[in-house]
Formats: sequence, structure tokens, C-alpha cells
Amino acid sequence: MSVDAAVVEWSRAQFALTAMFHWIFVPLTLGLSFIVAIMESIYVRTGDPEWKRITRFWMKLFAVNFAIGVATGLILEFEFGTNWSNYSWMVGDIFGAPLAIEGIFAFFLEATFFAVMFFGWERVSKRFHLTSTWLVAIGSNLSALWILVANGWMQHPVGMRFNIETARNEMVDFWEVLLNPNAVTKFLHTVSSGYVLAALFVIAVSAWFILKKRDLRFAKRSLLVAASFGLLSSGYLVLLGDGSAFVVAHDQPAKLAAMEGVYDGASRKGIVLFGVLDPDKELGDGKDPFIIKIEMSQMLSLLGFHDIDSFVPGAEDLVFGNAEHGIESAADKLAKGKVAVDALAAFHAARKRGDPGAADQARADFDAHADYLGYGYLDKPEDILPPIPLTFYSFHIMVGLGFWFVLLFVVLLWFQMTGEIADHKNWLRLGILSLPLGYLAEQTGWIVAEVGRQPWAIQDMLPVGVATSDLDAASVSVTFWIFLVLFTALLIAEVRIMLGQIRRHGEEVGHV
Amino acid sequence: MFEAMSHDTLREYWWFLVSVLGGLFVMLTFVQGGQTLLYTLAPDSRRRDLVVNALGRKWELTFTTLVTFGGALFAAFPLFYATSFGGAYWVWIAILLCFVLQAVAYEYRKKPGNVFGPKTFEIFLLINGSLGVILLGAAVGTLFTGAPFTVDATHLSHWAGPARGLEAALVPFNVLFGLMWFFLARLLAALYFLRAVDDDDVRARSVRQVRLNTLLFLPLFLAVAALLLTMEGAGYDPATGAVALVPYKYLDNLLALPLRALIPLVLGVAGVLYGIARGWRGGEARGAFWSAAAGSALVGIALFGLAALNDTTLYTSTADLQSSLTLQNASGSPYTLTVMSYVSLAIPFVLAYIAWVWRQMGRRPLGVDEVERDPMSY
Ligand code: HDD
Ligand code: HEM
Ligand code: HEM
Repeated sequence: MSVDAAVVEWSRAQFALTAMFHWIFVPLTLGLSFIVAIMESIYVRTGDPEWKRITRFWMKLFAVNFAIGVATGLILEFEFGTNWSNYSWMVGDIFGAPLAIEGIFAFFLEATFFAVMFFGWERVSKRFHLTSTWLVAIGSNLSALWILVANGWMQHPVGMRFNIETARNEMVDFWEVLLNPNAVTKFLHTVSSGYVLAALFVIAVSAWFILKKRDLRFAKRSLLVAASFGLLSSGYLVLLGDGSAFVVAHDQPAKLAAMEGVYDGASRKGIVLFGVLDPDKELGDGKDPFIIKIEMSQMLSLLGFHDIDSFVPGAEDLVFGNAEHGIESAADKLAKGKVAVDALAAFHAARKRGDPGAADQARADFDAHADYLGYGYLDKPEDILPPIPLTFYSFHIMVGLGFWFVLLFVVLLWFQMTGEIADHKNWLRLGILSLPLGYLAEQTGWIVAEVGRQPWAIQDMLPVGVATSDLDAASVSVTFWIFLVLFTALLIAEVRIMLGQIRRHGEEVGHV
Repeated sequence: MFEAMSHDTLREYWWFLVSVLGGLFVMLTFVQGGQTLLYTLAPDSRRRDLVVNALGRKWELTFTTLVTFGGALFAAFPLFYATSFGGAYWVWIAILLCFVLQAVAYEYRKKPGNVFGPKTFEIFLLINGSLGVILLGAAVGTLFTGAPFTVDATHLSHWAGPARGLEAALVPFNVLFGLMWFFLARLLAALYFLRAVDDDDVRARSVRQVRLNTLLFLPLFLAVAALLLTMEGAGYDPATGAVALVPYKYLDNLLALPLRALIPLVLGVAGVLYGIARGWRGGEARGAFWSAAAGSALVGIALFGLAALNDTTLYTSTADLQSSLTLQNASGSPYTLTVMSYVSLAIPFVLAYIAWVWRQMGRRPLGVDEVERDPMSY
């Protein structure tokens, strides 16, 4: 098995880089596709050409954003093979299926109707065109569904069993994979985060127009659609965020402990609203992990488990074990895991020698410890914990911003409805400033999900260290830098084109 | 209904679907071919916009077919996906980079503020259309010529070539295969433009390209066919999995697989030749593109059939013959293949709506006026 730590680190860095770039573009696609479809529906209903102009303006920005989303997505999809090939073999039987389904159901829908949506204005009927715009929106959201089913499965593997003969996991129940609670909440929370981001985007651009006193009718109408859409989805988003935390609490206790900075677990555990972690804190040293904190008592037990008396395990309980609450120590799990790893090797060795008796014995040993197999590849008990500060701060930034966005949408919608939005310059400025915050919330959200999942590629089953391809670190580091330079160059071009398109609004001829 | 099928039947069914995706992808690379003809067909910038926009309505389909092709391999033949992508690292990375460049090029080429200028993005299109296709050809060629890898007892793969896949480009068959594909793509593109654009000048130049690329493609095709049918291939014993080299393996396969190889190949070649004949003189050239396109798809399907059916190793290891991958040892479990087979029932509907939209959008050829008038143009 591959043990070169540098390959693992570079592969993680490369995956993180490409995924985070992909995630700059995807949320806007997810939300803006719906906003555009709503605007075009208004146009078709009212026949007002102004709405057509509005629709086309946002559609053009959609296209600029879409292009890099596609480019980065391609790299991601094949990266499972190029950089995580052991992973691809060991779980491809389950994980590959949603990716293939995504291609068949979602990407073709998008790609086909995308062409109609952009170039069909003069070539197909109004209704057909509107239908195409909706199908693009549905297609992009379907692609989110399938990829998040795949990701949800990594967070909480269900519907499969380990086949000792092939030394890999095989699917036994597709519906369980699809209806995995982790996947369902993840899908809903993530797509609604895309709607919120798109609303913030439209608000920021419209606010800029209003502040510049340019094209007010267009700007106010856009802002109205966006603020309504944003308010609806942000309320939903916060609720679903709680749903996500609930799922995490059940399946990924180490991630929850990291998100909340919990070292020693307790019942009726409070939630830290704001806190600064002590960088010198070590596991088991008995120190308070926080330098400063504002806490709301009992809330974590309530939110995480929907029961105020439930016990929330901390990092120390998970590593050292907690007999009272039936938590096994990580050292024990590692020991059992080693037995499983050895039994697996013994099984294949016996098979090769042609010794069925030894093979049966090894199989029995393996079966008794199979649930711990993944732990057998870890070096030491503390390895079961993700990086706590990064997860903690990311989580708190996301949640804080989630509440801020709800407030922002309420206020802007209120001013818009009462008809004096242009007078509230400071709120408009806040609307512009909140766009980068939206991107920040998106990225931090994924950091919580993915960094908080470490050390596992597949929770409790497959640590990242054994999932990579058998590559040399030099190759992966070179591709890392190539991707970084290329994507950064494309991002700069994208942002400049966007800004150019926004500034030129109104001069609609030729290649604007 | 799929539950009743044996694991082997499911594998063959999935290899057929992979072949169909592969065949469609070959046909759709007319987009790439067209990108390499940009300056040849359209020396002035108005016509270049026309050519770019005529292709620009289709590039996403080609791209998506590639993505889905990857996804289908991942789901149905995960060991092949893992071994080839993880092993032949640099070839695949190079191919992916060529496609990343394409994905932004259409949209950004003419937009103000694109930082690098239109020329850069036109070069991106050129790279994608030439290097991208030739490298893909070399990668597909390794299905016949093999690659240096080993697979251990727990099915994890290791690469034995220091060039991490780039060694494929040193095998003459792979290179010829890539070049053949490149000229086929250009030929298809030239036929496409005959019908897709409303511009006499571009059409006249397209006719010349039909002829020129035919003259380059046909000898390459014959050379590849001759090499393929005379080369040694590896076969395996389905009962024991033991692999051995067999002379004239692909010729054997051709004769042993009438439905999966011989007939599609013959029909495909006939389609391409008919398309060329219709397009040779230019004019309306009704049906020229479609018969050549469908013909190339059929040839692609036949080639994928030859590569892996009839107990042939799908990916032969040149480092350790017994490590070679076959449909049998590289596939997903019967359960996954069954589930995916139900999913595959949607494929005809997907193809139907794609075809329908293609028709709706292609009712009349695209002209310079429309490109200039339409604010959404690339
Ligand atoms: C605009 C973006 C945004 C905002 C404002 C929020 N989220 Fe979020 N969150 C995401 C965008 C996001 C995301 C990027 O979509 C993630 C990454 C993975 C996922 O499932 O969704 C995410 C993940 C994520 C996770 C981790 C899921 C996992 O590990 O599987 C939790 C527990 C929450 N969120 C909870 C919340 C709560 C309680 C919020 C507000 C009060 C909140 N999020 C606001
Ligand atoms: C697009 C949004 C996503 C972002 C921003 C994101 C972010 C990240 C980050 C930051 C890492 C590195 C974690 C670390 O090594 O510490 C990572 C790793 C990884 N992610 Fe994601 N991720 C995203 C979506 C997904 C999805 C949908 C999947 C699977 C379907 C996935 C699969 C993986 C894999 C396989 C790794 C490498 C192994 C690992 O480090 O865990 N990611 N991702
Ligand atoms: C890390 C795993 C991921 C992989 C392998 C992946 C793969 C891809 C691929 C190959 C494309 C291009 C499709 C085309 O040809 O049109 C794409 C685009 C897209 N992906 Fe991802 N993706 C990942 C993460 C995500 C996530 C987490 C979401 C949403 C929640 C998402 C949503 C989309 C959408 C909406 C598009 C459409 C184009 C755009 O990005 O603007 N993807 N993805």
C-alpha cells in the first residue's frame, strides 16, 4: 500500500485546490439558474420586454461563470482516478455509480438545453425557450444531488459490505445509498446555500447600480427578485444547517467535537457562540480549551441530539475512551483494526499458497474485526481527530454569516417594499460587501465538511493515507502548481469579464 | 429484468454502453476538428466568429460525453479507471488540461476584459483540437498495445513506466491512431460546416478541406487497420483467468464478433465513405455530415468491441502479462451493474431529446448576420 506521506499531502492539497476552485463557481450556477428562470417566467407571463432585457443580462453573467465551473469540474471528476486510484478501486463500486448517473441524467440535460437557452432566442418558440431555461436550472441542481449523494456516502458509508475476496467494498443497497440521511440533508443545505449566494450576487450588482443611479428600474426589479428568493432560501438554509449538524452529531462525533471545540464531553453541553481557542491546549492536559468564549448553556445537546440530556462526546472521550458512556478508546480500535488488516493479508497469502484451512481461519478473524479495518491503517490514537482550530473557526464563521444574511435579506426586502431603497445607502453598501462574505461562508462550509472528516476518506473505513495512487510526490506537486497557476489566471480573466459585462450593461450589441 | 442476467452478460452490456459513449464521442470530436480549421476556413474575423459560433452550439455535448464516458468507466469498470488514470498520470493530465482550455475558450474569446486577448483563446481551441485529440487517440491506442503496469493481490495497481503514461506516445500504433482520429475529426468538421453555416466563402473552403482531410485520413485509416489486424493481442481463459499472447488476436475477434464488430465496422466504413462522396463536390451535401458522423460512431463502437470482447484483455500489461485487466477482473459487482443497467434505460430518452433539440436549433444554417445581431453570441 502507498505510504509515502508526501504523496498523500500533495494529493490532498491538489484535491482541496480544485474542489475549492470548483466551489467558487458552482453555487452561483445553482442559484442564478433559478433566478434567471424566474425572471424569464415573469417575462413570458407579462410580455414586458424590460424583463427580457433583465433576464438576458443575468443570463450572460451566468454563462461567464458556468464556463470555469465546467472546466474545474472535469479535473475533479478524473482526479478520483488520477490521484485517488486506490480509493477508486476500493469504493468505486458504490461511489462510481452516482457519478455516472450524474453524467447521464444531469450533465446532458444542462449541456443540451444550455445551447437553447443561449442561442435559441430567435430559433425556438418562447415557451420552448422558457422550458429550456428551467431545464438548465433543474439539470444543474440534479448534478448537485448526485455528487452530494457520493459525498454523503463518504461521510456516512451505508448500503455496502466489504468483500474479502476482492478486498474492496461492494454496494448491496442502492436505495440506502441514495436516501442516506447524510446525503439528503447535505443536498438540501448545499443547494440552498447556492441560492443564497446567487441572491447575494444579484443584490450586490443591483445595489451598485442603484448607488450609481444607473438603470434604476432594472436594478430595483432585480433586487426585489433576489431579496425575496434570498430570504426564502436563507431561512431554509439555517434550518437545514441545524439538520446537517444533527446528522454530523450522530455519524461523525469527532467532527462535531472539532466544530464546537469540545475536548471533554458532557451532558447538557453548552454551545460556544464565539470563542478563541488556546493554541497551547493539548489533549488530556485538563486546561480550558478556550481563552475567551461566550456560551449558551445546554444548547449543543439540544441542537446536536434534539435532547437536552444527551451526552456530547469530546475529543478526549473519543481518543481515551469513556467507559461510562460506552465509548471505546481509539487505542482499542486501532488494535482491533490491526488484527483485521493482518487477517486480510493472511487470507490472501493463504489463498495464494492454496491453504483453505488457513484461509478460513483468517476469514473468521477478519469477520470478527471487520468494522475496525480502517483503524488498522492509522498510526496512533490521536490520528482519529481532524484539525480542531480550522474546523472550529470555519464552522463559526459560516454560522455567523448565515444569521447575518437572513437579517440582510429582511432589511433589504423591507426597504424595497416600502419603496425607498435608494435612500438607504449604507444598507446598499452592506449588500455589496456581503457578496465576498457569501463566498467565504461557502468555502468555510466545505472546510467544515471535508477537513472535519479527516483522517478519513471514507468515515471509519478508509483513511486518506491509503487512498492515493501509487505516484511520486514530484508529479503531484507539479500538477498542483500547474492547476494553481492555470485556475488563478482563468479566475482573473473571469472576474474582469464579469466586471466588464456589468459596467457595460445597456450597450447590448455584438459580443458584450 | 437485469437481475436475471449473469455477471458476464452484465459486463458485456456495460462494455457495449461504454463503446456507444466512446463511439459517440469520436463522432462529436468534429467540434475539435473544427477548432483546428478556424484560420483555414475563416481568415477574416467576422467569419471566424461565424465558425466559432457554429461549433459553439455543440461543444458542450462533446465535453459532456467525455465526462460521462469517464463516469461510466468508473462505475462499471473501476479497476480499469483506477489503473489507467492513476497510472498513465501524465497523459491523462495533459488531456484534461487540453479540455480545461476548451471549456473557457468559447465563452471568453471575444469578451472585453478577458486579459489574454482573443488570439490566446483561439490558440486554446487549437491546442484542444490537435494535441487533445491526438493524445486521446494515443490513450485509446493503449487498449490494443497495452501499458506497463502491475496489479497486486488486493487489486491495487502500480505503474512500471517512468514516463507515467507518456510512453504511450512512443508506440507507433498509438501515434498513428491519434493522427487518424485527428484527420477524421477535421473531415467531419468540414462536412458539418457545409450544412451548418450560411456563407459561400466558408463553404467553398470547407469543400477543399473535405478533400484534403480525406486524402490524409484514408491512408492513415488503412495503415491502422492493417496494423491492428496483424498485431498480436492478449487473450485470457475465462475459467482460470490465465493470460496468453495470441497472434492475429484482433483479426480473430473481428471474425468472431459479427454483431459487435464486423457489421458495425463495415457499415461504419460505408457511412464514412458515403459521407465523403456526398461532400466531395460541396453544394447542399444533404446527409453528408450525418452519414459520415454515424459511420464514425459505428467504427468507434466496433473498435471498442474488438478491444475487450471474445476473451480479450481489455488493458494488457506489458510489464506483467498476468496483471492484465479484463472485463471479468476489472468490473463492478453484479449488484452495481444491475442497478446501473436500470439507469441505462434512460439513455435512449437522453439521446432522443438531444437529437430533437439539435434539429430544432439547426433548422436553418447560421449566418454572419445572426451572429452579429445576437447579443448572446460567443
Ligand atoms: C452561504 C453559505 C452557507 C451558510 C450561510 C451556511 N452554510 Fe452550512 N454549509 C454550506 C454553506 C453554508 C455548504 C458549503 O454548502 C456546506 C459544505 C458541505 C455541505 O454539506 O454544505 C456546509 C456545511 C455545513 C455543515 C457540515 C456538514 C457535514 O459536515 O457534512 C454543517 C453542520 C452546517 N453547514 C451547518 C450550518 C448552520 C447551522 C448554518 C447557519 C446558521 C449554516 N451552515 C450556514
Ligand atoms: C465542491 C465542493 C467541495 C469542496 C470545496 C471540498 C473541499 C475539500 C478540501 C478542503 C479537502 C481537503 C481536506 C484535507 O485533506 O484536509 C477535500 C478533500 C477531498 N474531498 Fe472534498 N470538497 C468538495 C466536495 C467534494 C465532493 C462532492 C466529494 C465527493 C464526491 C469530495 C471528495 C473529496 C476527496 C476524495 C478528498 C480527498 C481525500 C481527503 O482529503 O479527504 N469533495 N475536499
Ligand atoms: C468533488 C466532486 C465533484 C466532481 C467530481 C464534480 C464534477 C463536475 C464535472 C465533471 C462538471 C462539468 C460537467 C459538464 O461537462 O457540464 C461539473 C460541473 C458542475 N458541478 Fe461539479 N463536481 C464536484 C462537486 C460538485 C458539488 C459539490 C456540486 C454541487 C453541490 C457540484 C455541482 C456542479 C454544477 C451545478 C455544475 C455545472 C457547471 C458549473 O459548475 O457551473 N459539483 N462538476
